[in-house]
Amino acid sequence: MALEVKGLTAGYGPVTVLHGVDFSASPGRITCLMGRNGVGKSTFLKCLMGLIPVSAGAITLDGTALQSLPAHEVPRHGLAYVPQGRRLFGPLTVAENLAVGGLVRGNDRATLNHVLTLFPRLRERLAQTAQTLSGGEQQMLAIARALCLQPKVLLLDEPTEGLQPSMITLIQEAILSLKGQGVAVVLVEQRVDAVLKLADRVAFMVAGRVEETREIKGMAADDLAFRTYVGV
Amino acid sequence: MAFGPFLLLALMEGLVTAAVLALAASGLSLVFGVMRVVNVAHGEFYMLGAVLAWVVTTMIPGPPALAFVAALLIAPLIVATLAALADGLILKRLAYDPEATIVATIGLLYMIQQAALSLYGPNANPVRAPFEWRIQLPWFGYSGYKLFVVLAALAVLLALWLFMTRTKAGLIMRATQVDRTTACAFGINVDRVYMSTFALGAGLAALAGVLVVPIQQAHYLMGGDPLLLSFIVVIIGGLGSLRGTLIAALVIGLSDGVISMFFTPTLAKILATLLVAMVLVFRPQGLFGAKA
Ligand SMILES: Nc1ncnc2c1ncn2[C@@H]1O[C@H](COP(=O)(O)OP(=O)(O)OP(=O)(O)O)[C@@H](O)[C@H]1O
Ligand SMILES: [Mg+2]
Repeated sequence: MALEVKGLTAGYGPVTVLHGVDFSASPGRITCLMGRNGVGKSTFLKCLMGLIPVSAGAITLDGTALQSLPAHEVPRHGLAYVPQGRRLFGPLTVAENLAVGGLVRGNDRATLNHVLTLFPRLRERLAQTAQTLSGGEQQMLAIARALCLQPKVLLLDEPTEGLQPSMITLIQEAILSLKGQGVAVVLVEQRVDAVLKLADRVAFMVAGRVEETREIKGMAADDLAFRTYVGV
Repeated sequence: MAFGPFLLLALMEGLVTAAVLALAASGLSLVFGVMRVVNVAHGEFYMLGAVLAWVVTTMIPGPPALAFVAALLIAPLIVATLAALADGLILKRLAYDPEATIVATIGLLYMIQQAALSLYGPNANPVRAPFEWRIQLPWFGYSGYKLFVVLAALAVLLALWLFMTRTKAGLIMRATQVDRTTACAFGINVDRVYMSTFALGAGLAALAGVLVVPIQQAHYLMGGDPLLLSFIVVIIGGLGSLRGTLIAALVIGLSDGVISMFFTPTLAKILATLLVAMVLVFRPQGLFGAKA
């Protein structure tokens, strides 16, 4: 078991958003996180990355406690993050964005080449600034940037939000190939069809807690859980 | 002197002003760009550079060139160290809040100024130029040292540009400038970046102070003018844009040289301030700044 979260409590200033989240993710599997808007999915990922302080609970990655590390130490342990809304370094070039992704591992050509094989469209645009890319290309870059870190655990926050179907397919294939490479993928995803296609397990979040975790095997689009927790 | 040579002289003087200004302003611009801190004490780092240059050159015996080179290295290093301390003791504790740091750096301004008055005294002291030769033009002789200042400033600015665009440390600073949270998520130690940036910005101001002191004398109140002019340059050039800073410094420096010589220095300052007002009204992001 790669990533293990127990009783995670956190929030913004005096406001507690996460009320004791239990969660786990394992290598070579895609764990989806579903829940209505505002239940704290993005907050949970930020918390895993150390970007908001944890007030109680534990995050362990292969036995190493992460919850009390300063945020900039977290990626050194193999966590990479694709934030909601991408958050690229807009005025920096594609190549520079990727270089920032590889900072903690030391940038090497082999990793870069590997990442660019996954997203060939970025190769032709290495010298272009990130802010001039199309939405889909930006999303590819956000994922590629995280992959330059060669992560053990990849956190993706709604990576296909607002993209056209062909682009969504492309990104989903990339995520599946990462799973094949043994990465533990944590994917926040709102659409049931995408979850059914990608997930091995799905965790349902309600009001700052994981209410239920299910293996995807045997679940169908009309499963009661989807209706209860996501409202479709 | 005929008009042509007179204009040439004015332009040369302006170029020297522009060079010193570009150095000081690039430090201010860097600190604002990366940290979003408006450093009101920036001029005091310039003053400290000049004062420390006097201290170092009076302490080191031997040829003035050697003492001056020592000052060029030592003074910016000391000032950068002080700035790093100020960052850790003051700015970091305020969580780099944009408003709080303005107030804090105003306080820092007075602390540094009064410390200089107490330790260095109220007098203006000259520092000998590292070399004395003059360039003899057909119409007038001109200080070779002043031309050296222009070249030195150019070299430092070029080095700064290469540092920001070609090195890993520069990349880290630019990424932090764009989005500190995301930078942090990729393993960038933002506190360390901020401390280095503040130190580098102060070091640039101090270097400008060292370069100017053989022309201007070291005085504990000399930080006011470069602060005002640096703000003018940074606002016109666009906060955080190195290229804009450089071009604005040229415009302000040259026009200052020409207007000061043909009219009065006061008129030069009035026009520069007016230009800032116009830029703020019509193009608040600066001539070269990206739209916020
Ligand atoms: N920076 C912040 N400061 C204060 N409160 C915040 C902040 N960010 C999020 N919140 C609050 O925390 C709660 C959870 O937000 P979060 O972004 O984690 O939800 P989410 O599940 O990702 O929603 P969505 O599906 O819309 O992305 C919300 O009530 C939100 O208003
Ligand atoms: Mg969200």
